[in-house]
Amino acid sequence: MELGTTVLLAVIQIAVVMGVVLLSVAYMTYAERKVLSFMQDRLGPMEVGPWGLLQPIADGLKLFMKEDIIPSGANKIIFAVAPIICLIPALIGFAVVPYSEGFSLLGGTGGTITDLNVGLLYIFAFASVGAYGVILGGWASNSKYALLGGLRSGAQVISYELVIGLSIVGVLLLSESLSLRAITEHQDGGFWHWNLWVQPVAFVTYVIAAVAETNRLPFDMPEAESELVAGFFTEYSGMRFAFFFLAEYANMILVSCLASVLFLGGYEAPAEFLNFVPGFVWLALKTWALLFFFIWIRGTFPRVRFDQLMKFGWKVLIPVALVNILVTAVGVYIVNN
Amino acid sequence: MQTTEYLWDPESVTEDEELPLLRTESLMLNMGPQHPATHGVLQVVLELEGEKILKATPYLGYLHRGTEKIAERGTYQQVIPLTDRLDYICAMANNWAYVRAVEKLMQVKVPRRAEWLRTLAAELSRISGHLFWLGTQALDIGAMTVFFYTFREREVILDVFERMCGARLTSSYLRIGGVERDIDAWCIEKLRGFLATFQARIDEYDTLLRENRIWLARTKNIAIITAEDAVSYGLSGPALRGSGVYHDLRKCDPYGLYPELDFEVPLGSNGDTYDRYYIRVREMEQSAHMVRQLLDNQPDGPVMTEDPKLKRPDKVLVNMSMEAMIQHFKVVCHGFDVPRGEVYCGTECPKGELGFYIVSDGSGSPYKLKIRAPSYVHMGALDHMSRGYMIADVVTVFGTYDIVMGECDR
Repeated sequence: MELGTTVLLAVIQIAVVMGVVLLSVAYMTYAERKVLSFMQDRLGPMEVGPWGLLQPIADGLKLFMKEDIIPSGANKIIFAVAPIICLIPALIGFAVVPYSEGFSLLGGTGGTITDLNVGLLYIFAFASVGAYGVILGGWASNSKYALLGGLRSGAQVISYELVIGLSIVGVLLLSESLSLRAITEHQDGGFWHWNLWVQPVAFVTYVIAAVAETNRLPFDMPEAESELVAGFFTEYSGMRFAFFFLAEYANMILVSCLASVLFLGGYEAPAEFLNFVPGFVWLALKTWALLFFFIWIRGTFPRVRFDQLMKFGWKVLIPVALVNILVTAVGVYIVNN
Repeated sequence: MQTTEYLWDPESVTEDEELPLLRTESLMLNMGPQHPATHGVLQVVLELEGEKILKATPYLGYLHRGTEKIAERGTYQQVIPLTDRLDYICAMANNWAYVRAVEKLMQVKVPRRAEWLRTLAAELSRISGHLFWLGTQALDIGAMTVFFYTFREREVILDVFERMCGARLTSSYLRIGGVERDIDAWCIEKLRGFLATFQARIDEYDTLLRENRIWLARTKNIAIITAEDAVSYGLSGPALRGSGVYHDLRKCDPYGLYPELDFEVPLGSNGDTYDRYYIRVREMEQSAHMVRQLLDNQPDGPVMTEDPKLKRPDKVLVNMSMEAMIQHFKVVCHGFDVPRGEVYCGTECPKGELGFYIVSDGSGSPYKLKIRAPSYVHMGALDHMSRGYMIADVVTVFGTYDIVMGECDR
C-alpha cells in the first residue's frame, strides 16, 4: 500500500473516532446528570434545547468564554501544560481500540486506527503519563488544596494502575496476545465465549480499579469536594478546567471500552443471529452499559477515606488479583497439556 | 517559588560528623470560611502531618449579627423574628425556646390548644432539622442521593409550616402567651399523609446508609467522645446522647405537652459519629410517633392567652371601638412590661439545649439577653474530637454536631 493511502486512511479513521469520542464525552456529562437526576427524584437539565439536549454544548461554550486565570505564584509553564498532559493520553488510547471487524477501505483495512501488537501496554503506558498531568497541575497551582489533591491522586493512580495491570494478566494468558483485536477475536462465538465467564474475579477487580483510576465516586479522593474543594484543579478555570474535565470523562469511556474489549467480547455480537448488527453498535452498547454502572455507583455510595482506599487497594485487590493470576496460569497449563 | 532554608550546610558535613536532627514542619491548611463543606461560614485552621490532624482551631464570628444586642433595643415580641435567624433550619423550636423563657419570667398561663400547637410545631421542626442534617452529613461523606431524598420529605413539612404561619423558614409563629393562629384541616390531612409514608422513607435511608460498608467505615469509631468528656465539654442534644448520657430536657424538665406523650430517648454507646447518626434517625421516628399521638388527641380552645397586655384584640373590634384600638396600639408599639428579675430557660432543640438567659429591669425590653447556642458550645469540642483523625474526618466532625452558623455566631 502506498504511503499516501495509509496516511489518508489513518486520518479518516482518526477524525471519525475522535469525533465520536468527543461527542460521547459531551453527552456523557448530559447522561450522567440525567441519570443521577432520575435516581434522585428530579429532572436534571431541561432548559437548553428539548429535554436539555443542548446543555453540553452550552456548557462547552460557557467554559470556552470564561476568563483564563493563572494564580499568582503558580508555575506558569507547568500550570499551562498540565491539562494537556492529562487530556492527550486519555484520547490517544482510542487509537488501538478495535471498534469493528476488519473491513477494506481505500485498499487498506479499517476497524482500528492502528492494530498494535502491544496495544494494551501502549494504553497503560499512556494512562500512567496522564497521572503526571494531575500531579503537576496540583503542584503548579501554588495552593495547598491542589497540592494535597495532586498527592492523593498520584498515590491512588499508581496503586490502582497496578491492580488494573494485574487483573488483565489473566486475560492475556488466555488469549496469548497483547493486541486488542486478537483478544476480541479470541472471544468470538457469542455470549458464553466472553472472557467474563472465565475471568469473573479479574472483571470485578478491573471494574473496581477502573472506578478508582478514573477518580470516580466512591474513590474520588483527588477531588473530594467536601474536603479539598475541587482537589488538583481547584485553581483552574475556563478551557484549562475543561481539559481536565474532558480528560476525566474520556478516561471513563476509555476504561469502559477496554473492559468491553477485554471481558465482554468487544465488537462481537452476543449471539449468532444478531450478527447483522454492525460491530461498533455492540461495542457502544457494552461501553454505555458500563458507563451507566459508573453513574449508578455514584448515585448510591458514599466516599471512602483516603487511607481506607489505599488499604483496600493494597491489602484486598492486589492479593485477589495475584491469586487470580496463579489460578488462571495453572488452569491454562493443565488445559494445554 | 520559595527557597528552602537548610538548618545545616550540606557541603559542610563530613563522614565522621553526626548529622544534626532535621526539622519537620506541619502543614497549615486553612479551611473556610469559603469552603463547600463548612456549613456556612466556619473557618477551621488545621495543622496537618500528611493527612493526619494535629490540631484543629475553629474561628467563629463570620456570621455575627449582634442578635443579643439588637434584642435589647425593641420590645419582647420583637425578639421573636430574631430567634428565627439563629438556627434557621428549625425556627419553630427557637421561637419556643425564647417564648418559654419570657413566659417563665412573666408567669404566663398558656392555653392548652396553644401548647398543643407548639409541641406539634417543635416536633415537626425536629424532623425537618434532622432530615436536613442527615442529607448534609451524607453529602459531606459523598452520598449525594440521600440529600435529595431527605429534602423531598422536608418539603412536606415546610409546606405545612407555610400554611401555618405564611413562612417556610423564618416562621415567627409563636407569640408570648400563645401562637399566632390556629391550623386548619388541610395541615392535619397533609401531616397524616406525611406520617403514612414517613416510616417507609426512613427505611429507604437506612437501606442506603445504615449497613453500607463505606458509610460504616467513615462513621464507626470516628470522632469518639466519652460520656465524661461530652459532659465536661458541655455537649447537649444528640451529640451528648450519642455518648450514652441520658439527658433530654423533654424528659428531665418536661414542658409543653411532653409529659403526656409516649416517647423514648434513643441513646448511643460508643460516642462515635455512627451513634450520633443512628440516634438522630431514631429520634425522627420518635418525633413522628409523637406527631401521630398529637394528631389523635387534639384539644380545643383558644390559641392565645386572654391577658389583654399580651393579646391583640380582634381586628373587627379594632375597627369599631376606640378602646380596642388603643389596646392594639399599646400591644404592638409599647409591648408589655416584664417584672424585674432574671431567668434561664433551656429547651431541647434539634441541635441540643438552646437556652435563653434574660435579665429584666422591669421595662418593656430586655436589659440583657444571652443565648446559649448548642452549636457554639459544640465547637469547643472540635479540637478534642478531631485530633488524630484524617483530614476527611474533620468534615464529618463538624457535620456530626449539626452546626448551623446562624446560631453559632448569633
